[in-house]
Amino acid sequence: MNSAVTDTMESMPDDGVMRAADGTPLKKSLARALRREKLRSFVLIAPLLLFILISFLAPIADMLFRSVQNDIVSDTLPETVQVLADWDPTSGDAPDEAVFAALYRDFYQAREQRIHTRLGSRLNYESPGFSGMFRRTGREIRRYDEAGPYKSQFIETDEDWGSVETWRIIQKFSPRYTPGYYLTAIDAESTSDSLQLKPEDERIYLKLFVRTMWMSIAITVSCLLLGYPIAYLLAHVKRSTANVLLILVLLPFWTSLLVRTSAWKVLLQQQGVINDILVWANLIDDAGRLVMINNQTGTIIAMTHILLPFMILPLYSVMQTISPSYVRAAKSLGATDLTAFWKVYFPNTIPGIGAGAILVFILAIGYYITPELVGGTQGVFISNRIAFHISTSLNWGLAAALGAMLLLLVLALFYCYDRIVGIDNVKLG
Amino acid sequence: MKLKAILLATAATAMFAGGTAVAGNHSLALEPCENCADELTVVSWGGAYQQSQINAYSAPYTEATGVTFTWDESSAEAVAKLRAMNEAGNVTWDLVDVVASDALRLCDEGLALELDGDTDLAAAPDGTSADEDFGALRVNDCFVPQIVYSTTFGYRTDMVGDNPPDEICDIFDLEAYPGKRALQKRPIDNLEWATYCNGTAKEDIYDVLSTDEGVDAALAKLDTIKDEVVWWTAGAETPQLLADGEVVMGSTYNGRLFSAIVEQDQPIGMMWDMQSFDLDGWIVPTGLSEEKANRVKHFLKFATDTQRLADQAKYISYGPARASSAPLVGKHEELGIEMAPHMPTDPANSANVHNYDYTWWADNRDDLDAKFQAWLAQ
Repeated sequence: MNSAVTDTMESMPDDGVMRAADGTPLKKSLARALRREKLRSFVLIAPLLLFILISFLAPIADMLFRSVQNDIVSDTLPETVQVLADWDPTSGDAPDEAVFAALYRDFYQAREQRIHTRLGSRLNYESPGFSGMFRRTGREIRRYDEAGPYKSQFIETDEDWGSVETWRIIQKFSPRYTPGYYLTAIDAESTSDSLQLKPEDERIYLKLFVRTMWMSIAITVSCLLLGYPIAYLLAHVKRSTANVLLILVLLPFWTSLLVRTSAWKVLLQQQGVINDILVWANLIDDAGRLVMINNQTGTIIAMTHILLPFMILPLYSVMQTISPSYVRAAKSLGATDLTAFWKVYFPNTIPGIGAGAILVFILAIGYYITPELVGGTQGVFISNRIAFHISTSLNWGLAAALGAMLLLLVLALFYCYDRIVGIDNVKLG
Repeated sequence: MKLKAILLATAATAMFAGGTAVAGNHSLALEPCENCADELTVVSWGGAYQQSQINAYSAPYTEATGVTFTWDESSAEAVAKLRAMNEAGNVTWDLVDVVASDALRLCDEGLALELDGDTDLAAAPDGTSADEDFGALRVNDCFVPQIVYSTTFGYRTDMVGDNPPDEICDIFDLEAYPGKRALQKRPIDNLEWATYCNGTAKEDIYDVLSTDEGVDAALAKLDTIKDEVVWWTAGAETPQLLADGEVVMGSTYNGRLFSAIVEQDQPIGMMWDMQSFDLDGWIVPTGLSEEKANRVKHFLKFATDTQRLADQAKYISYGPARASSAPLVGKHEELGIEMAPHMPTDPANSANVHNYDYTWWADNRDDLDAKFQAWLAQ
């Protein structure tokens, strides 16, 4: 101990409080050190946290917000919306000249900024015909007589301007937030008096949600049936052999998704390898070639193959930790092979099954590219519709609503899963 | 009809000019570009088409000016991406290749710049103004057309016996032509063909489709072959399906079929009846910086002049969109075959064509897309 330290120790008051070398109470100094430690670890993870916030959570939140956002109506037609608030749709008459005068001024402005077609497309989601009406009006409004009367001029361009239903929809979608996209996402529509499901031949989203669910379950089950024996084999052969086999499992994993999917096309199509072999082996005749692609079968086969490693790996790592002495003990107590497996071995693998199943299911439910390529019209998922609305129809609000529902569905399932299986029982290795 | 007249006139001149056209050897005396950026990001479709643009437009331009090009293969999602960029206030594309209907949409929404035919585009060598040279093909002020292509049918020559399909309604004839057909997964063209084969005269197609009953009738017609249809979204799918013998006939872009037949020697025949003419061309996004805008206009003036458009036809079988380019269309750069007979605009191929109505589709696309998609899912 050097003399400086001895000095401080000697200068400490003798009040029974434990002190650090510099004289501060030990408790305080410990807290400070811990705080510093925490701060340091926070600073260390800060870049990642920030990255996740900015590049992942914020965009998702922003996108989901679009599912209720409806600024466009009141932003594009601000004056009309105000004047229209007093109009009563149950009166059975279209609004009066004052509303049309406001509409003329708003529309003219919107036409100058070229934003009227966006509003037309927006309202078209609620009722067909708006898009065309807005476009036609946009083309003709510059030729209108500025002095009015406006109502007759609008109706001359498109008679729907004179209909109560048109104005009811504009009024209804004036607020800045709307449940409209969610209604569409469950195939419902609200007419003038009630909420109801759309006509049978226009319903697609509920059907797609149900299809996405059951096909994902089918894929998970077939992954389990195929993956379990493989994982069992991997866990019970020599280490060196297991490593070689593991590479075989991982090899497709490292191959491009598109290549694997296209390979399935070559295999499964009617003039493809599998059908050719079956015909050659006289198992089927040339006219009766099996249809295995561009339908649900194709999607299930291709996705089972693609997601299989996600089932095998957790199963394998759990099986590796099961001591062989358990089964030996069961057998020495007189259990048959089957009983020993079913009563002793299998229950031990349940955490692996849980982990694999949840991984495969959640990946499958949001899958997009494989169903698009091999699913035809009957084997596509809800995610394909979301992609369609994002990139082709540009109905981002509906895409966001469908996405939010899918997210909720996954969270709800996750919750049920936790209640039934218990998330603590899930083991990734 | 005006459109068709122009296209046919274009093709006819091409016939007379034959192979005498001299490509190459063009002087590249470009006007200087002041206050211009020296890089451009250009968006196109990828594949052979983009390569033809690089060969005919950007490579010679780089040689003359040193400007570097970055190509992005996003034309299929151009409208969605441009809208997102515009919302974010960060437009990273300088020039975008789109089909005419997308150009209408982008121009309508103010996402594409309006271009002046007199100042922004090059006049024909004989002094005809650009607007007159492009004629009706310049569907609006934002769009500078490059090529005329068509969506038409190819069929397996070995699967149709002695009776190859020669008219559009054969696609609905499951007895004479059993087997699958490939159709594009969109209402455009399919509804028109179905309506036409329901017995509607060509000039009445859009009047009929303007009614709900007309659309239902068209979908009912498509219902008769629905189980036998493979729906495609990328132009390369049909040639592949035909090559594999998966389908007996299928629609796709004529240039894709040209490659499959002439370059890859597949047993495929062309059926040109009721081919649907469409246009592809450039738009300039709004919101570019001044240097970028100057540069992109400078390039555009060069890339859409008479000689450049004719040059592109050496690499791909799409007709140039300028009337004055047609006589200059020569032989295929590598194969050395005459390109004129493979053009959709050739008189032998365009006896009965379908001209689709851009304005009508712009007005009705949202409705019919929704209906068509719901019908597909049933």
